[in-house]
Amino acid sequence: MTYVTRGFRRKREESGPPDRVPPGQYLTSDFPVLSAGPTPRVSLDEWSLTVSDRDGETKSWSWSEFLELPRETVTVDIHCVTKWSKLDTVWEGVSIDTLLTDLGEPGSHVLVRSYGGYTTNLPTADVTGGRAWVAFGYGGQALAPEHGGPARLLVPHLYFWKSAKWVNALEFGDFDRRGFWESYGYHNYGDPWLEQRYSGD
Amino acid sequence: MAGAEILGRLTWQLAEVVEVIDENSRARTIVLHCPEWRGHLAGQHIDIRLTAEDGYQAQRSYSIANAPHAERVAITVELVDEGEVSPFLIEELRVGDRFEIRGPIGGYFVWEPAVGGPLQLIGGGSGVVPLIAMMRARAETDDHVQVRYLSSARSFEDILYRAELKRLAEENDGVSVVHTLTRSHPEGWDGPTRRVDRDMLEGHAWSAQLRPLCFVCGPTGFVESVASILVDLGHEPRRIMTERFGPSGG
Repeated sequence: MTYVTRGFRRKREESGPPDRVPPGQYLTSDFPVLSAGPTPRVSLDEWSLTVSDRDGETKSWSWSEFLELPRETVTVDIHCVTKWSKLDTVWEGVSIDTLLTDLGEPGSHVLVRSYGGYTTNLPTADVTGGRAWVAFGYGGQALAPEHGGPARLLVPHLYFWKSAKWVNALEFGDFDRRGFWESYGYHNYGDPWLEQRYSGD
Repeated sequence: MAGAEILGRLTWQLAEVVEVIDENSRARTIVLHCPEWRGHLAGQHIDIRLTAEDGYQAQRSYSIANAPHAERVAITVELVDEGEVSPFLIEELRVGDRFEIRGPIGGYFVWEPAVGGPLQLIGGGSGVVPLIAMMRARAETDDHVQVRYLSSARSFEDILYRAELKRLAEENDGVSVVHTLTRSHPEGWDGPTRRVDRDMLEGHAWSAQLRPLCFVCGPTGFVESVASILVDLGHEPRRIMTERFGPSGG
């Protein structure tokens, strides 16, 4: 049951295309920031990305090694659980499929770890098959630190907290371990089209 | 840290406006009565859902402004020009109107007296809303957690909760309140008149050696800058909790 609020009405110019703006979201043209603590300071000399498979085999890249990997430019819509959506954002990054090339079976889930201690968890199926990247460019520029630079995960089909900023490690395995916001009551999966904002949605 | 995991499903509950307080020309506090509300932690937020007659719905998130109480939730809404929800809440909503809410949401940017202190609260603009909830939660207990409250506002008129904060500082040994005014200030103003910078934090915030719990909330640029200076001053990143909101929304 819903309740009409006296006097509230739609401002038509604000509603976006319904097939691109999920329920409960509104469009924004700027790029709000949501993070739980200070922006971590990561120097490119010390930066590394480590990916491990279900058997614990690992592969690591320094910044310069990472930039030598095949890169892709993608244009995607992104949706934040705090209700904003942003259409046609342009990113440059390395596909997770590429990172997994020389590793064994990933297993069913991945725990993503970031500089600063942030974590998030996803099913492997949601980060493979061309659905997720480690992005280092945004809008033709280097990714700014407050938006997750040097590099962040990009999983545009899920709420954006899953696209962990300042990514440092992808730990694949057969366990689903809850990440940071997931432990604080946010939804474990986070599909914006099903409005899976909070645990139980 | 005080964990506040959301247990079970967060369902929409109907709330009724029982009081509106115009804080200034661009901000309004809305006090809601919600029979099913079980209380919250200072720093948490709610989602609200407004439904128009044609079925159109809009959702927004707002920080809770009041100390934890059953059945009662207060939010302070700042006007976003050209916004869809905030102009309605500030200019049209009146006592007796009803809309849906769900929450409380968020378990990281929270404080309760049992967590202790000292507390360092730093807010920019309407980023002070979750911080006033912490001040109010503290005021309702008998223990004496030391707290320093630093807010940045554009003008004297824009300072939220000014009279209440003045009273809290006068009545409590352990409370200091400083406002800085960044655009204009009245004649005779004796507080700072610039953006929060390193000197200001060295002068008005707890030193890192005391290991305060720092809560920083405001627009992205404000939070980025303040949190970064706190790290420079030696505060542990894990004791700096941030909440940011951009100029969009509302």
